[in-house]
Amino acid sequence: MWAILSLLVENKPGILFKITHMFRSRNFNIDSISVGVTENPEFSRMTITTIGDKKQVAQIVKQLDKMIDTLEVLELDEHKTVYRELSIFKIKLSNANDSMEINKLANAYGGKVHDVKKESMMVELTATPDQIEAFQELAKPFGILDVARTGVAALQRSGA
Amino acid sequence: MAIDLVNKMETMKGARALMVALEKEGVKEVFGLPGGANLPMYDEFSRCNIRHILTRHEQSAAHMADGFGRVSRKPGVCFATSGPGATNILTGIATAQADSAPMVAVTGQVPVEMIGRDAFQESDIIGMANPVVKYAYQPRDASEVPEVVRKGFFIAETGRPGPVLIDIPKDVQTNEAEMTFPDEFKIRGYHPWSDPDMVNSEKAIDMLLSAEKPVILAGGGTIISSAFAELQAIAELLMIPVVTTFKGKGAFPENHPLSLGPIGMHGHAEANKIMTEADCVLAIGTRFSDRSVGTFETFEKRLKIIHMDVDPAEIGKNQTTSVAVVGDVRSSLRIMVNMLVKKAIKKTEENNWLKHVKETKAYWKENLKLHPGEMGAAKILRKLRELLPHKSIVTTEVGQHQMWASLFFDVIHPGTFFSSTGLGTMGWGFPAAIGAKVARPDVHVVDIAGDGSFAMTENSLATAVLEDIPVIVFVLNNSSLGMVAQWQRTFYERRMIGIDEKHCPDYVKLAESYGAQGIRAQSMDELDRAIKTALSSNVATVIDIPIDPEEDVLPFVAPGTSLADMVLPS
Repeated sequence: MWAILSLLVENKPGILFKITHMFRSRNFNIDSISVGVTENPEFSRMTITTIGDKKQVAQIVKQLDKMIDTLEVLELDEHKTVYRELSIFKIKLSNANDSMEINKLANAYGGKVHDVKKESMMVELTATPDQIEAFQELAKPFGILDVARTGVAALQRSGA
Repeated sequence: MAIDLVNKMETMKGARALMVALEKEGVKEVFGLPGGANLPMYDEFSRCNIRHILTRHEQSAAHMADGFGRVSRKPGVCFATSGPGATNILTGIATAQADSAPMVAVTGQVPVEMIGRDAFQESDIIGMANPVVKYAYQPRDASEVPEVVRKGFFIAETGRPGPVLIDIPKDVQTNEAEMTFPDEFKIRGYHPWSDPDMVNSEKAIDMLLSAEKPVILAGGGTIISSAFAELQAIAELLMIPVVTTFKGKGAFPENHPLSLGPIGMHGHAEANKIMTEADCVLAIGTRFSDRSVGTFETFEKRLKIIHMDVDPAEIGKNQTTSVAVVGDVRSSLRIMVNMLVKKAIKKTEENNWLKHVKETKAYWKENLKLHPGEMGAAKILRKLRELLPHKSIVTTEVGQHQMWASLFFDVIHPGTFFSSTGLGTMGWGFPAAIGAKVARPDVHVVDIAGDGSFAMTENSLATAVLEDIPVIVFVLNNSSLGMVAQWQRTFYERRMIGIDEKHCPDYVKLAESYGAQGIRAQSMDELDRAIKTALSSNVATVIDIPIDPEEDVLPFVAPGTSLADMVLPS
């Protein structure tokens, strides 16, 4: 089971270390993590995606909740949540048509094209992790030179 | 001198503020060892009413604070310097964390501007200690010290207790600042208490009433929250037999007709037996450790589990529960007792289950085979029990002697037995006994020890003698690392390696060299005299009792098996 956790934490040094350490020491895994300060500079919002069965996810939430530096820990329902990840791909250009093909592919996924050079180009794509992975599969035949992904950021929809 | 500064703004050094804040918390003793980075704190001892108790190793200082904390239920305080001083207390901190003991450890640190430069005696103790503390502070400005101490004590002693580390850079100790000592403060992410859960308390009672073969499993949380009277009330009202975890040993008087003693790897045969037959368990303040329940799966499949704990993260961690009652177990039990009283539920007639329980208990009392020799572990520990007043405090080291104590030393007065049960730290018992004696100078304190464990912190004899803290170390001496030897005999076809201590040192001479009393007891008569002498002396005493190195601790539930697979003496 894939779970999206949203944490409101104290914006203090060392908190990221404590959170990630809890995962390591209790034998859980972080699939992705993104951190940023909130509108109130005293707090940061962390979005963590993790994989585990129901019992494990429940235990992760409890262990995070127990930590003194966490103020709120929510397991988000992905159907009631806006969640996106930013990814940047550097893709190889071998044939004359490649840049056009990649452009089309990027458009189909709502991506943006950057830095088109003779031998490579870049695609910026903000989407769900599934969509990013689907794009990656389709871009693979061209030759992916590099990928950078941010991990998921997520917020629950109002009234959800 | 110090206390009248409270609540007024006052300019003082960070180190002075630390001592004033400690006095405000009611601290009378600090266990510790000085070094370069905590000298400013030590300099303040001459200007305050706190007694410094010098240890010969920082690990022992932490264990003393731990023992003090478990007995007094107020955080024990230990001091260590930076670098190796700080890393030396880590084992002590981890021990306190594993057993939920309140402690405040204060370490010196290199000055703020030196942090991160691999300075002399610098260690990132905050980073290292993080996984084994309840919380850690490193004030970067002297003005933060009073609030950090207040919050540190609050965190250490509330909810599920635990160790708090306060790491103070040397310049933060020496810098002056305007200090305010707050009475009120807020830790917005910390919620140690929850409202009593009436609904689930009611459900728990219904479940216990409808169970055919109920049992109460009292864990260490029962002792931490002093829920002794409540536990006894509920057991007696419902006439339910009580087993404990090892950490819960002594939560319930072990001479009570409903008491079966500890379950687990070296649990009492009758307790393990009844636990495997029960259909419903009221588990109080326990985390269902592997040492208590054997394999996790077999336990929860058979039983309806009602789980009471102050820590919500313990619910469902190791066992799937039928009903969970989160909150201080004493308050929750009190609610349940009141509900029973209101409903006028008081069982008076022994049902078949209870008859069976009593028969099982009687059977094992008669039929458990013991070591045939005069100086078998059971005889030795029963002799100690016979002569030791019931309110005396007992600690143990870690190893065979510890498990023999669990089997053969009955705790009659609740909350008088303490051991390193979670981390299993050899060397804990003696310094913890010293801490316990400081907290309770009015009672005898005995460390039930083995030679291997005692060797790890035996230099605390210096502390016991010089600081006049007369505890008794009761060494069951098989001149070997006995538990390891037992495993090598049992699981490694007697390939004995790394276990022979070859009668070194001579513990009587060792004790005498520290100025303590050393007595060797080689027969029951000598043991009788030795215990009586120790109890009537006011100097630390080591009783060295040579025993058979081949004696095993039995019954034994091998790791990875269930309580039903208990191996009995043949």
